Amino acid sequence: MKNEIISLLSGVIVEEDSNVSFNKLCHCCCVSEEQLISMIEHGIIEPLDTHVITTYWQFTGDCIIRIQTAVRLQQDLGINLAGTALALELLDEIKSLRQQVNSLQRD
Amino acid sequence: MQYKDYYKIMGIGKEASQAEIKRAYRKLARKYHPDVSKEKNAEENFKEVGEAYEVLKDPEKRAAYDQLGANWKAGQSGFQPPPDWDAGFEFHSGTSGDNVNAADFSDFFSSLFGQRTDGFQGSYQAHRTRGEDSHAKVFIDLEDAYHGASRSLTLRTTVLGADGRPEIKTRTLNIKIPKGIKEGQNIRLQGQGSPSTADGKAGDLYLKIEFNPHSIYKVKGVDVSLELPITPWEAMLGANIQIPTPAGKVDLKIPPASSSGKRMRLKGRGIPAKVAGDFYITLEIVLPDKLSEKEKSLYQALQQEAGHFNPREKLGV
Repeated sequence: MKNEIISLLSGVIVEEDSNVSFNKLCHCCCVSEEQLISMIEHGIIEPLDTHVITTYWQFTGDCIIRIQTAVRLQQDLGINLAGTALALELLDEIKSLRQQVNSLQRD
Repeated sequence: MQYKDYYKIMGIGKEASQAEIKRAYRKLARKYHPDVSKEKNAEENFKEVGEAYEVLKDPEKRAAYDQLGANWKAGQSGFQPPPDWDAGFEFHSGTSGDNVNAADFSDFFSSLFGQRTDGFQGSYQAHRTRGEDSHAKVFIDLEDAYHGASRSLTLRTTVLGADGRPEIKTRTLNIKIPKGIKEGQNIRLQGQGSPSTADGKAGDLYLKIEFNPHSIYKVKGVDVSLELPITPWEAMLGANIQIPTPAGKVDLKIPPASSSGKRMRLKGRGIPAKVAGDFYITLEIVLPDKLSEKEKSLYQALQQEAGHFNPREKLGV
């Protein structure tokens, strides 16, 4: 086993308040423009506002994570886009419900 | 090296048809997929299932594996494939509809089938020139989100060594946890993911933040809440008391006639994100276990005086 120690690293918080461009999103998630547009058409993510030129679209930072998850679900589970969009929505709902149950249980 | 019983991993019999194998894989892939599963060790199981499927779905590999298995008895420790065991078998590296990431397969697999050096030509992989992104979870305390912190994180990755065999590489990263981070947020560390196989840039490392459960606070998004025990006299007469917050002790004024369950809010004292959350206090009146004689008689006097107050009026009794 090789062990490497790397000193203090600061990363960037991927969050709702910081925006990413259409191109950056393609790059971070390793998807083509066509694939990303398809995902947007299925409602997996939404641009902050729709410009005539797609490449001018801006997205919130957390879209990176959502697209990466969508790609993994499609690749690993063989789901089509419509199914992936549904799966993500259901997963959101499950997460929210679990949080509610957790806080109720601890009371 | 451990022998892996792929049939057992997939929960199917040795006589299973290709269709049954595919069905079993799909069911298990859904069950253990890390994005979906709540099972412990989901990712490990997912990789194992993927590896088993990779072998069993391909009639050539399956036949070779079955022949090998015939000579191995359960309970034998250690395993070495005989030197010419694959004589007569041809392995074609085909692509599959169900894309499985072969990079993480076990020593057992690679000793039998060698390394897959051709990447999968699935539609997503074709666009990938930089290394794989990695994802990891980091557990922090609520106080770390308030003050910022540094965290030491050890990552284990499987890489191809100089001889083409997979080896485990450990890296220890010291990560700065920024102040104001929320649960579920990711920190993106550029270039800290897997190196590229095609001389491109390394992938990114995404660290997902999760909070350790706290002994006294509950967290929801950026809001933090506390159940605050108070005495009956503090509740009735009001009081100025000191309360704990993750940022330190704070004075709180309890108004007179505060009932159990009353919620109070300290604005902006939740997690200091870009928009700071709030700190909520829920009052809970607690009674002392025992009363002295004098205390008891005081209570009885109060009972006489306050006899007009009927909390059960609305119940009709």
